[in-house]
Amino acid sequence: MNLIDTVFAKLREEKRTALIPFLTVGDPDLKTSLAIIKQLEESGADLIELGVPYSDPLADGPVIQRASERALKSSITLRDCIEAAAQAREAGVKLPFILFTYFNPVLQFGLEAFMELVKNKEISGLIIPDLPIEEDAEVRQLAEAAGIHLIPLVAPTSKDRVVRISQKAKGFVYCVSSLGVTGVRAEFHSGIDDFLATVREATDLPIAVGFGISSREQVERFSKQCDGVVVGSAIVRKIEESIPLLEVENTRAEGLKQIGEFVAGLKG
Amino acid sequence: MNRVPDENGRFGKFGGRYVPETLMNALLELEEAYNHYSKDESFQEEIRNLLHKYSGRPTSLYYAERLSEQLGGAKIYLKREDLNHTGAHKINNTIGQGVLAKRMGKTKIIAETGAGQHGVASATIAALLGLECKVFMGEEDMKRQQLNVFRMQLLGAEVVPVLSGTRTLKDACNETLRYWVSHVDDTYYILGSATGPHPYPMIVRDFQRIIGDESRKQIVAEEGRLPDYVVAAVGGGSNAIGIFYPFIEDADVRLIGVEAAGRGVETEEHAATMTKGRHGVFQGSLSYVLQDDNGQVLPAHSISAGLDYPGIGPEHSYLKDSGRAEYFPITDDEAMEALQLLSRTEGIIPALESAHAIAQTVKLAPTLDKDQIIVVSLSGRGDKDVETIMSKLGGAVDESH
Repeated sequence: MNLIDTVFAKLREEKRTALIPFLTVGDPDLKTSLAIIKQLEESGADLIELGVPYSDPLADGPVIQRASERALKSSITLRDCIEAAAQAREAGVKLPFILFTYFNPVLQFGLEAFMELVKNKEISGLIIPDLPIEEDAEVRQLAEAAGIHLIPLVAPTSKDRVVRISQKAKGFVYCVSSLGVTGVRAEFHSGIDDFLATVREATDLPIAVGFGISSREQVERFSKQCDGVVVGSAIVRKIEESIPLLEVENTRAEGLKQIGEFVAGLKG
Repeated sequence: MNRVPDENGRFGKFGGRYVPETLMNALLELEEAYNHYSKDESFQEEIRNLLHKYSGRPTSLYYAERLSEQLGGAKIYLKREDLNHTGAHKINNTIGQGVLAKRMGKTKIIAETGAGQHGVASATIAALLGLECKVFMGEEDMKRQQLNVFRMQLLGAEVVPVLSGTRTLKDACNETLRYWVSHVDDTYYILGSATGPHPYPMIVRDFQRIIGDESRKQIVAEEGRLPDYVVAAVGGGSNAIGIFYPFIEDADVRLIGVEAAGRGVETEEHAATMTKGRHGVFQGSLSYVLQDDNGQVLPAHSISAGLDYPGIGPEHSYLKDSGRAEYFPITDDEAMEALQLLSRTEGIIPALESAHAIAQTVKLAPTLDKDQIIVVSLSGRGDKDVETIMSKLGGAVDESH
């Protein structure tokens, strides 16, 4: 059984909502990312999204763009990000990993070799934000064969596409909370509640909401309607703020602690 | 060749729609509207009228006799897109998409720009049609092209500085797409080149094919036959696909795309996407892309801001891999030489982009017979580049009397 399914089944029994933090792997460096992943688990994360840095992150706002730029300065590759999952597992992290990557690095790696590596390195799910259902046939087929969940995005503008997308989904359906790119925001799409209800109607899979969620109040708001809440930019910004601490050996623990407190605070 | 793109926006294997789900409905809505209006006679008539009365089309196909004689080979004809309103072929597309935006009930348009030509053409059509206009431009390019920034502002557009990534055209495109995601309801994105996700490469080609349609009629009227070669500069590839497209079925007409080799294809400073790139997904479509081994897109370089782009339109990749068109690199220096040659022999200062097409013609013409014919797309005029040219040539401006 895919680890994502196991975790959501358990959460459902416990009537809890999954907290799914996102970080850009290699921001500010690989070793620190591993320490942050461990910290996220200890602070209450239920699944983790591992973001692969990319030169042209179309779906991302400035915070994650900057994280990508920092990671690319130390030439972090797709392979590094996948290996990071296996290293985190070796270090004792138990929760499921979801790799968030734009399509071109995957295409250049080779789809089959990529899926083979992902499978062998403890990654349970994939989110490829620039691969809509019209373009994902080959990747979906390979992912299914490898037992990896290809997790689709649905948006408030998806309208009648919601059903088609949800039917092909595996793992969970990722609902985009608002129009626009990733990033902290005060307001969500005005039709968000109807939209989430539509997705709920369209699938038996868990549904998670993401894009712009940054506070405990917002996590609580969506916990009533969703099985999971993704927090990305707010955590990446927290990491960014902590870099001065993380980079110095004797303040490193304090930096990690601050990130951990922020994440624990999201759960209430 | 089969009719392209197919219903999935594919030119052979190239093209497609590699965009976030948040944009899919906007693209589908655009495709539907375009399919509807492109068959609507009153829509076509409105565009024809603007191209004719406002932009001054048809542009002439001019026999460059002195240049031809100097090179001592084929007869060279220049398709004078530089004579369009705003000084380049870009207006053909902005008129078409501007009218489409209006028909779709959009009140605001957005556009990306590198050197500022597409931005100026978009600001122009926005002013003409009474639409609000925002142009996204890399901060670096804004510094290099202050005059065009001011032109856009004079036309009533807001120029939005792009601070992400390379702060040039590539990231201006990303930022425009990101803005569009949040404002799809009332905003139309006028994409300026034959690039991006479907249906843009098709729409831009269809609005630019007038260059080729006119050239075809004009050369037949002038010479009684089709040309042996059609030559055009390629950045994203809109003027090239525009002039190539009506000749694609004519197997005897060789199609030559000219890309920017910058400081040389053996250096890291070039924009030679076809020569040095590989198949990849970039800004919404599968095409040739300048990228590193890990699939990260590389920054491009060219003296010409319009060619300074690491991607290329998917239909060009299709034409290249099927062997129908050929693509050659021209360096900054070769383009500068050709620019001066055309200025002195014909009294035409070409845009730096177009100078690349001239430079390839300078290589090609002497290898051909005197009865052979080359049609070159002179896609824009050089006024916008005078400062760049001046600094490249060592500021010889004071010597002119």
